[in-house]
Amino acid sequence: MQQTANAPASVTEAETKTTIGSYIKANMREYGLLLALIVVMVSFQIMTDGILMKPLNITNLVLQNSYIVIMAIGMLLVIVAGHIDLSVGSVVGFIGALAAVLIVSWEIPVFISVVICLLAGIAIGAMQGYWVAYHKIPAFIVTLAGMLVFRGLTLALLQGQSIGPFPKSFQKLSSGFIPDLTGMEGTHGLTLLLGGAISLYLVYANLRNRRAQLRIADAEEPLSVFILQNGLILFAINYFTMLMAGYRGLPNVLIVMAILIAVYSFFTSRTTMGRRIYALGGNEKAARLSGVNTQKLTFLAFANMGFLAALAGLVFAARLNSASPKAGVAFELDVIAAVFIGGASMSGGVGTVVGAVIGAFLMGVMNNGMSIMSVGIDYQQVIKGLVLLAAVIFDVYNKKKAG
Amino acid sequence: MTAILEMRNITKTFPGVKALSDVNLTVEEGEIHALVGENGAGKSTLMKVLSGVYPHNQFEGDILYRGAPQKFARIADSEEKGIIIIHQELALVPLLSIAENIFLGNETATKGIIDWNEAHRRAAELLAKVGLSEATTTKITNLGTGKQQLVEIAKALSKEVELLILDEPTSSLNETDSQALLELMLEFKRQGITSILISHKLNEVAQVADTITVLRDGKTVRSFPCDKSPEVENLIIKDMVGRELTNRFPPRDAEIGGMMMEVSDWNVYHHLHSDRHLIRDVNLNVRAGEIVGIAGLMGAGRTELAMSVFGRSYGQKISGEVRLKGQAVDVSDINKAVELGIAYVTEDRKEYGLVLENSIKHNLTLANLDDVSNGVVLDEHAERQVSREYIGKLNIRCSSMLQDVVNLSGGNQQKVVLGKWLNAHPEVLILDEPTRGIDVNAKFEIYTIINELAAEGKGIVFISSEMPELLGMCDRIYVMNEGRIVGELPASEASQEKIMTMIVKSDG
Repeated sequence: MQQTANAPASVTEAETKTTIGSYIKANMREYGLLLALIVVMVSFQIMTDGILMKPLNITNLVLQNSYIVIMAIGMLLVIVAGHIDLSVGSVVGFIGALAAVLIVSWEIPVFISVVICLLAGIAIGAMQGYWVAYHKIPAFIVTLAGMLVFRGLTLALLQGQSIGPFPKSFQKLSSGFIPDLTGMEGTHGLTLLLGGAISLYLVYANLRNRRAQLRIADAEEPLSVFILQNGLILFAINYFTMLMAGYRGLPNVLIVMAILIAVYSFFTSRTTMGRRIYALGGNEKAARLSGVNTQKLTFLAFANMGFLAALAGLVFAARLNSASPKAGVAFELDVIAAVFIGGASMSGGVGTVVGAVIGAFLMGVMNNGMSIMSVGIDYQQVIKGLVLLAAVIFDVYNKKKAG
Repeated sequence: MTAILEMRNITKTFPGVKALSDVNLTVEEGEIHALVGENGAGKSTLMKVLSGVYPHNQFEGDILYRGAPQKFARIADSEEKGIIIIHQELALVPLLSIAENIFLGNETATKGIIDWNEAHRRAAELLAKVGLSEATTTKITNLGTGKQQLVEIAKALSKEVELLILDEPTSSLNETDSQALLELMLEFKRQGITSILISHKLNEVAQVADTITVLRDGKTVRSFPCDKSPEVENLIIKDMVGRELTNRFPPRDAEIGGMMMEVSDWNVYHHLHSDRHLIRDVNLNVRAGEIVGIAGLMGAGRTELAMSVFGRSYGQKISGEVRLKGQAVDVSDINKAVELGIAYVTEDRKEYGLVLENSIKHNLTLANLDDVSNGVVLDEHAERQVSREYIGKLNIRCSSMLQDVVNLSGGNQQKVVLGKWLNAHPEVLILDEPTRGIDVNAKFEIYTIINELAAEGKGIVFISSEMPELLGMCDRIYVMNEGRIVGELPASEASQEKIMTMIVKSDG
């Protein structure tokens, strides 16, 4: 603390106040994305005569997109590190098939099977990461090969048939809800309590962080933006938990997702390893010459992707209640699209976990809303494609203007 | 003889820098005209003006070719007149064949359909002219640099060349290939082709040139006929370096302490071609509080030397020993080097020094994240404190520590790179061209910082292509050429002439 007081005066001169305008301009991408999600939700809410925000539909929306969100988190790290993983859809299929064989055919206890599947996912990611990190084989090629290999192995494991159903305890992974311990009438009390507690904690954490920032130089956000942002957090979380409490409460998989989002957000923004991954993606040579072990980090990013793809595979199999040879086909495209819509840069070094998650939900809401409005699968794809293109054009244009 | 080319009062400005000012160049028909000068004297810029890389509306002055004023808007315009430039970095496509490369963009085609028989026949003729006995189907990647150079020349000949410009053609060639190339230039002269030769190697210039023009700081110093006498080289050197040393350097009282770092018997091979011996038997040392310069021309191997010492970040088959304060140390990877207190400030800050799209704060702490974390979790508070400290100490001008470094000026970017390494608390700093491309005032600030570091007892290795800078800053200067240390001088005895002479002598 003493040091702060003695810091040279020139610093305070150099640091001008961030104005609201300049802040929003600098963070156009994040706010634009959030705004887009809100606009899309509100318009579908109107166009579907309020079906979108019905408790049942919101719950479905979460369940339908959970596996994409889970993988988008892993893909974000891979893309920030400057690579790509095309194999995740096939890995989802393969791990689902593996789980079915272990649990249904061989009757191995669910818990042990789940652990085996997750380890298998890590091993798959590690194998692919090994070639990318240590032999400089382009990730596009390695994971394209992986996409073919694991799709083939899925077919081989299942021998072309679907395997199911899974025992109840495994299905809970996707279709279960947290128990209500409060015993309130007509609503899910624990859900409301959790929503309130989490939203208050987030605001408290933001406040603490801001106070720490203010002790040295300026805060990153202007006060008005900060208040608005936290108000929105309070409102959004409590509104959605209220909606879900009206159905069956929080799904288990939402809890898993929330934990993953929290952990990986913390990892990317607050840990040395997370910081180094951004540096590696931003300028690999500079990172290496600054003593960053670029090979190890690349390897770990892929291993982590394998882990999350395996988790998504389990969730998806549990949701369908069977493993099918077609499971996970083209998932990689949705996942990659979500990450890019979420503001990550093709060349690496840029992107946030929250952005990727919002990107995934933006696509999910569009899918869901269009389905309710009975837009055919044909035009749904067209619209999703255009949204992806528009998001990236927006990025590139924005960057040009700034540079 | 008549003048084939006259360039009159050429002035070319880049934002903030006058690269050429009122340069005049007259080349006579049928001669070999040498253009010499230090790095950054403006030779390459002048040739880019001539060949249309910089279009006629981006510079001032006139170009007269065969007496007629020319306004080239792009390279194709000058090529049409028979002015062909062969750049220092060869512009061949490695995976295409010799014939394909020779006729690239100029194919022997009718209505877009290539007549390959004709192409190979003519390519073979051209190869015979330049004395290269290779099949025209050989891929470029399978040729050595010397032969690639000949393919470039054959390509130039395919375009009916009248004025051939060679930019440092022998810089990456060995002795035999260089001699062959010079012979070829003399052969072209006999056939009536005029050449402009840009070269650092004054012995080669003295050997083949008819006229020599010396550039310095973007101005023509002198143009004189070359009488091929031994004095010519000394004349050129005087003209090249004859600039007054003004007080561009902050004063300093050197207090030189004990031995800090010694590098002995250091050998390094090219990172791809394991038979190219780049650094040969180098021995050097630096003491605490001492600033030691490494002088040399481009391609002398200074960067390769520095990077190979810094955690073997360049090259292969590295052998030799590094001692820090008398102790033999293991610097086999970058982390070990950093932990031992060695820092390397890279030559190209954008390519190797900075993560441009990241904030000043993130860049400043990157080389030593352990100091602003508990090893795993970052301490935002500590990070801001460190950033604030270095922004103040180095006087980095920015709107806030959260500003992306891509938006800073070159001088301030360089300060961020320096700050990053100061934050790693090094004992030895290797600075590779720390003032390249930044303005005079920022240079002075960087010099002041370097002096302060030396005063704190750190050992500084200062690599620079600007000799006045080395003479103004260093206590001792090593002279490097072709991967060897070819001389060592205390700063008190050093002069630009002496350094240049050492380099030229070692070429012989």
